[in-house]
Amino acid sequence: MVNKSNKVLNTNITNLVNKDYQYGFSTQIEKEIIEKGLNEKTVHLISMKKNEPLFLLNFRLKAFLKWKEMKEPEWANLKFPQINYQDIIYYSAPKKQTKIKDLSEIDPELLKTFEKLGISLNEQKRLTNVAVDIVFDSVSITTTFQEELNEYGIIFSSISEAIQNYPKIIEKYLGSVVPIGDNYFSALNSAVFTDGSFCYIPKDTICPLDLSTYFRINDQKSGQFERTLIIADDNSKVNYLEGCTAPQYDTNQLHAAIVELIALDNASINYSTVQNWYGGDDNGIGGIYNFVTKRGLCAGENSKISWTQVETGSSITWKYPSCLLVGKESQGEFYSVALTNNYQQADTGTKMMHIGNSTRSRVISKGISAGKSKNSYRGSVNVTNKALGSRNYSQCDSLLIGNLSNANTFPIISVQNSTTRIEHEASTSKIGEEQIFYFLQRGISLEKAVELMISGFCKEVFKKLPLEFAAEADKLLTLKLEGSVG
Amino acid sequence: MNINNTLLEIKELKVSINENIILNNLNLKVNKGEIHAIMGPNGSGKSTFSKILAGHPAYSILNGDILFKGLSILELKPEERSHLGIFLAFQYPIEIPGVSNEDFLRLAYNSRQQFLNKPEVDPIEFLGIITQKLEFVSMSPSFLNRNVNEGFSGGEKKRNEILQMILLDSELCILDETDSGLDIDALKVISNGINKFMNTDKSIILITHYQRLLDYINPTYVHVMQDGKIIKTGSFELAKELEEKGYEWLK
Repeated sequence: MVNKSNKVLNTNITNLVNKDYQYGFSTQIEKEIIEKGLNEKTVHLISMKKNEPLFLLNFRLKAFLKWKEMKEPEWANLKFPQINYQDIIYYSAPKKQTKIKDLSEIDPELLKTFEKLGISLNEQKRLTNVAVDIVFDSVSITTTFQEELNEYGIIFSSISEAIQNYPKIIEKYLGSVVPIGDNYFSALNSAVFTDGSFCYIPKDTICPLDLSTYFRINDQKSGQFERTLIIADDNSKVNYLEGCTAPQYDTNQLHAAIVELIALDNASINYSTVQNWYGGDDNGIGGIYNFVTKRGLCAGENSKISWTQVETGSSITWKYPSCLLVGKESQGEFYSVALTNNYQQADTGTKMMHIGNSTRSRVISKGISAGKSKNSYRGSVNVTNKALGSRNYSQCDSLLIGNLSNANTFPIISVQNSTTRIEHEASTSKIGEEQIFYFLQRGISLEKAVELMISGFCKEVFKKLPLEFAAEADKLLTLKLEGSVG
Repeated sequence: MNINNTLLEIKELKVSINENIILNNLNLKVNKGEIHAIMGPNGSGKSTFSKILAGHPAYSILNGDILFKGLSILELKPEERSHLGIFLAFQYPIEIPGVSNEDFLRLAYNSRQQFLNKPEVDPIEFLGIITQKLEFVSMSPSFLNRNVNEGFSGGEKKRNEILQMILLDSELCILDETDSGLDIDALKVISNGINKFMNTDKSIILITHYQRLLDYINPTYVHVMQDGKIIKTGSFELAKELEEKGYEWLK
């Protein structure tokens, strides 16, 4: 027998959760694209267009050959139709190609786009203490505050610029954390990546601004394959944020990115992501396929890498920001909120590889599933026989909204020495009808009730976002679940 | 009787859930300043009755009407009924992880302020208000920092309900087995709180199994509910009689 009250509650919550995607518009802009499809010629063409040094062309070709031999991974708890890699445009750039020195040179259409997205490219951004690199489809449009950062010896630019200006550094570090053949999507990205951000923080420097990359997929047929490389030299520190949006199309776009972080002795990198790619409509039509490889290498002693992610968008999310803890006493952290709604599917989590002595890691994962969505946490904690005296703490909590959503947890723990301490906690809860009724009886609206419960559920993760971006995350969950999260 | 003095009037109420009739031809009139005790065997529809008054969405009203302050509330949502002044102290208050009691209480208080067109209070002002009320139910302020009902003992949960009742200062309070699971000391504390709260402008409906509570809170009427309707109404003496004889003799 159907329980009427559940139906009522589900409808109420569904209305609440299903707020329209605000960033779903697309921009009409003159662009330069290369023919869709992927073969060796495409790789040559991309490299030529970007006037790349030979080592990079070889890097790409090697990756392409590797990719051709590989198969799409099938182990994730995700279902989606076969991706036709020959039906994707691998290079799409706004026509005005020379790197922009002055913001007045930016195509006004583009400027409007970013204003609509709430990202101000002008110098006012200084007030919020954030320098931004903007990536539009395949290329970086502009990077703000480059000169100011330069005074500190900090390099912050698009990766294309860095390839031209600092080829030695790129050659040394590109692919050093995520090898070409690490997985199917890393091979694909290594072959065809078109742009992304690069950042180098010199020794003994605390980056005075938070750095940020904003990714925007605009074109319906093009994929976005960007590459981010961040190096923090000895005793340095940087906060980094990545934001993403895309127009609303009824087809799926592919986003396969790589982020590599390297922290040397005593260095610290905080990398935060607020991901709001278009997630498809109520019936699961359209949305971004997000296959991302993010990995940080704690190479130095006492170094620290912290991943914080708020994942709310994408039709498919396949993403496991991980840490290789090589340096003695290095630390890795992963804080995640993943919200799925409608027919969204997320398979996300982390991998903590303890290699050095006395390394520590902490994993806090919060999954929220609403609608008919599927939300999986997949984590691996691996402690080698050399990583004596290491510690890990993991906590995976799932919250279900309504009766049709789905939450899973797949943790793997492997320890090869006897002096390591591991803790793992997991819970699954549900925003239940009786909880909602309790709020309502006290005169608190449904919207406020859900907001308060979600906010309470995510507290530990939001605390970790840099102050400047906490508001951005707030805004996002507001969008997804109406009402701000504080 | 003066119509203005009637707070709640239930007329020939017939209610079902999943096609089972649970209230059938229920009539009840509650005036301001009165305390009505509702007793009755398990499964007679007492808790259901309290949830229906509060507007729980699980039930379908088949017939009859509920008038609160002279107006039908059948079409009103639970939160609207709450704003109008209906409070339900739950038999089993639910735990709400991640939400602090203080935030919850403040939000409830401010929702009511908003409805009354009064200014909302900030957390500091609210602390002043709530600290005062805590004394009514002998609770320590540390309890504000804990999550709503999470890990509370049975007694603490019931006290929390009474605290909310006092805070929201509702005119009609339905207490669903607030006395169950309480030891004698806690029962005294809670009864005390209820008595201090009660005045001539308010009404209370007490749902209980035991005469014990009625030793502390003096009811105006005692009703016996069975098979979804009130089958007998009397004074406090009726409660005593029930305690001795049970319900069988009424049949």
